[in-house]
Amino acid sequence: MSANKAARVGEEIWKGRIDKVNAELVTLTYGTIVAQLCKDFEGDYVEVNKQLDRMGYNIGLRLIEDYLAKSNTMRRCSNFRETADMIAKASLHDKQSRFHAYVGFKIFLNITPTVTNWTSDSKQFSLVFEENPLADFVELPDDGRAQDELWYSNIFCGVLRGALEMVQMQVEAHFISDVLRGNDTTEMRISLIRYIDDELPPEDD
Amino acid sequence: NNNGSGETTTGAGASVGPHTKLEEDEERDAVFFRLDGLGYRVGLGLVERFSRDRPRFNDTLDAIKFVCKDLWMLVFKKQVDNLKTNHRGVYVLTDNVFRPLSRMSADPGGHAVVRAQPFLWFPCGIIRGALAAMGIAATVQAETNELPGAVFQIKTVPVKQ
Repeated sequence: MSANKAARVGEEIWKGRIDKVNAELVTLTYGTIVAQLCKDFEGDYVEVNKQLDRMGYNIGLRLIEDYLAKSNTMRRCSNFRETADMIAKASLHDKQSRFHAYVGFKIFLNITPTVTNWTSDSKQFSLVFEENPLADFVELPDDGRAQDELWYSNIFCGVLRGALEMVQMQVEAHFISDVLRGNDTTEMRISLIRYIDDELPPEDD
Repeated sequence: NNNGSGETTTGAGASVGPHTKLEEDEERDAVFFRLDGLGYRVGLGLVERFSRDRPRFNDTLDAIKFVCKDLWMLVFKKQVDNLKTNHRGVYVLTDNVFRPLSRMSADPGGHAVVRAQPFLWFPCGIIRGALAAMGIAATVQAETNELPGAVFQIKTVPVKQ
């Protein structure tokens, strides 16, 4: 699956098969949820990050279903690289995880993060977000800590973790920079921990 | 910290079921206030953003119409099907195919209507917030009698003039 093909697949699905919601509605709703969490946990941003990740995880577990149905990628991705492309953007030599990343973000959010910074063992890569629909009209709490401690878009990490877990990949994902914190880029680091083996339920053969 | 294998698939807060009727009501109220409150903030923001370039609202009915047409379109991709008012501050909005309920399946005897109710609370908050942004204080209640329809009742708080 080449980069161009993934781009085309993503575009096609986004245009034809996705029910869209108003972007501002999503942005404002997400912002409201983050604000509420910051209030609930009284500025314990470590906990807020954790909750966002967990919400994303629960979304990801379910979202993968929709993704597989819409993207028609019945073929299994043969390796972690392929997966990255599926999530962000495909290119032939490092396919599967990239493809999921590309197509996934494209069809659900109409954005195309860049897949980059692979480690030589092909077990870690970064997604760099040039645009981030969640991060519009954001006001971070003015307590001097939110800017250093809150990962505003942390829900994405959970979504990826949950979705990939359902296709037998256990990953760890976290942001390492965010323009909302004053960094130059918004970058998420994703590491493959292991492939989860198919396991038959006990006494069910 | 991100070890997913031990987590459940239910969201936070949906853990142990309540035991008594009273606890059940309390929990229900708490969920209502939370969802309504979240919606309120979203409604405020939406109106702030999307009423910016339009002429000033003449009266309450004008604002309600904005909710039924523009806001409904923005949030639910269609307009309200029917608007009724008693001309004394009560407005009843009927949406025969309310988007958030449109794909719910109803098990016979599965209390679908009751279980769909919480999905109306966030939208109630959006409407209340939207009206507040237009300077109208109101209470908003919603019910569904048959999926996927929904009826919203808006009671404006009378303004002393």
